[in-house]
Parts: sequence; C-alpha cells; structure tokens
Amino acid sequence: MKIDSYLKAESIEEAYKVLKENKDAVIIAGGAWLKLMPKTIGIAIDLKNLGLDEIIETDNEVVLGCMSTLRQIEKCKPLQELYDGIVSLSASSIMGITVRNIATIGGTIAGKYGFSDILPVLMAVDAELNFYKRGRVKLSEFMEEKRFAEDILTHIYIKKATSRGWFETMKNTAIDFPILNSAITKSSEGFRIVIGSRPYKAVKALKSMEFINDCKAPGADEIAQAADIAVDEIKFGKNQRGSEEYRKELCRTFVKRGLMAVIS
Amino acid sequence: MKTKINVNGTMKTFEVKPDEYLLDTLKNSGYVSVRRGCDTTSCGVCTVLLDGNPIASCSYLSCRADEHSVTTVEGIPEDAALIADFFGHEGADQCGYCNPSMALTLYAMKRELKNPSDDEIRTYLVGNLCRCSGYVAQHRAIRAYLEVE
Repeated sequence: MKIDSYLKAESIEEAYKVLKENKDAVIIAGGAWLKLMPKTIGIAIDLKNLGLDEIIETDNEVVLGCMSTLRQIEKCKPLQELYDGIVSLSASSIMGITVRNIATIGGTIAGKYGFSDILPVLMAVDAELNFYKRGRVKLSEFMEEKRFAEDILTHIYIKKATSRGWFETMKNTAIDFPILNSAITKSSEGFRIVIGSRPYKAVKALKSMEFINDCKAPGADEIAQAADIAVDEIKFGKNQRGSEEYRKELCRTFVKRGLMAVIS
Repeated sequence: MKTKINVNGTMKTFEVKPDEYLLDTLKNSGYVSVRRGCDTTSCGVCTVLLDGNPIASCSYLSCRADEHSVTTVEGIPEDAALIADFFGHEGADQCGYCNPSMALTLYAMKRELKNPSDDEIRTYLVGNLCRCSGYVAQHRAIRAYLEVE
C-alpha cells in the first residue's frame, strides 16, 4: 500500500469536496487495515479532527460518531444495556486491544468486510447510517448496495428498545478472523437473524425470520425448523478457515442457540 | 511532512512520509525498544501508548499521531523495572522480545481497570503474544505487579 499525500480535513465539506474531485482519494478511518490494501491511495483523507469520535445517548437512540473506536464501543455503558449488550460484545471480540484502539466503526461499516464481527450485530439491531449530504439509510440497505458509498459516513444510530440479543462468533484463535458469526435479536418488531463471515458479507436470513415471526409460540421444533431454513436459504463458501459444509453446520447450531437465548 | 509528537514527555518534530507507520518513525529515531514482529497487527510486540492507550504502532500512520503523545517503554522506567523484576522472579520470560510491549500494556491496564479478574487480565492481553513462556508465569508476575500501590 502506498499513500501519495495525507489530508487532515478541517471540515466535512472539505473532505467531501476532495473525495468527489479526486478519484484516488480515500477516507482512511482508523487505518488499521490500510496495510492490507494492495492499491495506491492518492489522497488519504483523515476525519480525526472533526469531532466524529463521540458516542452520544439521546432519549431514543445511541448515536455513534463514525470515528469512534471499537474500544469505545466495547466500553460504552448505554450500548452494554441494549440488546443484552451484543454491540459491545461483538466489538470486544475483534482482535486485541491494540487494534480496537485504532479501528473505527465507520471504517468497519464502509468496508463492508465479510470478516466483520460487528456488522451482523448492527444489522440485527437495525442500525441506521447517516451520510453527509445523502442523509439516513438503513445499514441493511447499505449492505445490499453494489457500489461502496461515495459519500461520507458520519454517524451510526441504534434505536433504544426493550429487546433481547444474542451474538456468537467462531474463531480458530482469539485474534483470527471468524469462521462464522451470527447475531439474533427479538424486539417488538419481531426476530432478526443475521449470519456473517460466510465468508461473504453478512446477510439476514429472511425466510427463517419470516417463519419464526409467524410462529405464535415457537418451541424446540419450530426453532430447529427455522435453523434448517436459514441453512438452506443462505449461500456459504469455503476458505482456509473452514469448509462450506462446516459453516452450514455452525449456522444451524448458531440459529438454534440464538433463538433459544432470545426467547428464554 | 512535519509531524509533532510528544514522545515520552518531550515534544519532537519528525519528517515523515504520508504512508510511514509509527513503528518505523520511532525505530528510525532511536526508540529501539519498539519491536517489529508480524507487521500486521497480530502479535502485539510493536505496542506503544497513544495518549495512554495501547495501539499497534505497525498499523498507525505517523502523521495521524501529530499533536498527540506517544509513550514507549523508555517513558515508563520505574514501572518497566518493576515489571522486569516480577517477570524475572516468576521465571516469566526467556527471549524477552515481547517484554516492552507487555510492560506498556500492563502499565495501561493498571490505570484503566480497577481490581481486574483473571479473565479481564487475559482479555486485556489478547493480541500480546509470547512464544516462550506459556503465559502462566507471566500471569503470576502480572498479579504481583497489579498489587503494588
């Protein structure tokens, strides 16, 4: 990875203008994974001095600045109290503290990384994103967009709700990328089931969600059926960490465990 | 580009490239305690404190440290000596390559966590790899260090 020039933006407008006018300009976020990028960056735009590293609690939401580090999210009390704390829990499972003090939530989201532990959780809690100029977009919609965002992600919104949450990630070692992860939530809007690190980017198990949401009082049989549906509807792949078959079996187990946890 | 970094309490100006990492800036400036290991954030031996928080200097651009404070193990001589004593007493090190990063991480942990449990200590140290010790003796040494007022 090579960087030709570095810009510490003085305003979002300045960053936006430089990004739009220069095809080789990139917002670098925390920069933790920059070294792994094979490309040359013409202008590395840094948002670190724009006050976007704060986490604010309002009456209805927890608002994360895009430059909040994963460590801030891990330690954030309001997040620890939402959805059984799975947002903080998923952040804490990522690499070591020396990385979590660098990596930002904005960089994780904008990268749409398949290996992310936190993206499935943010989808399961129905997080919304705010992009400069473009406004608010649901994370699940952003994940489906074919092109990476050209605009600048500024904030992430998580609604406060009486809700349950469950998250699990399977790794060969604590500092490895996951073989598979899953986040499952239950709120007044129903169940959400998200599977990540397939090894592709995280997706909702929509048919499985529809099935379990239609069950009036799901028991062990319905939960097992929902797990089977999730395995059938989601595409899995293989890499050096695990086979497609192994991922399917992990998914089946995760969905069962997660549904039982949020129903209990 | 000129970058001002307060290193171990002294403000210094470095001439850095846009894609230069803090590890290289420090090593090239004589801070030899900062070690290069995996160079991809996995091993922890390049740990320094940025404004008191442990970071992987191999993956932090030097220009981003402008106007911030960086601490290497040379900046915490009393605690480093204390930790070295406890590690020696417990037989907790062999090659010593990870010791500076361990010392910095423990220094930060002591200030961040109050009465940490064994699990909290282990979790805090995830990503600080030691290929010699097996961690058990280190854990005893860490407990002893944390008990010092």
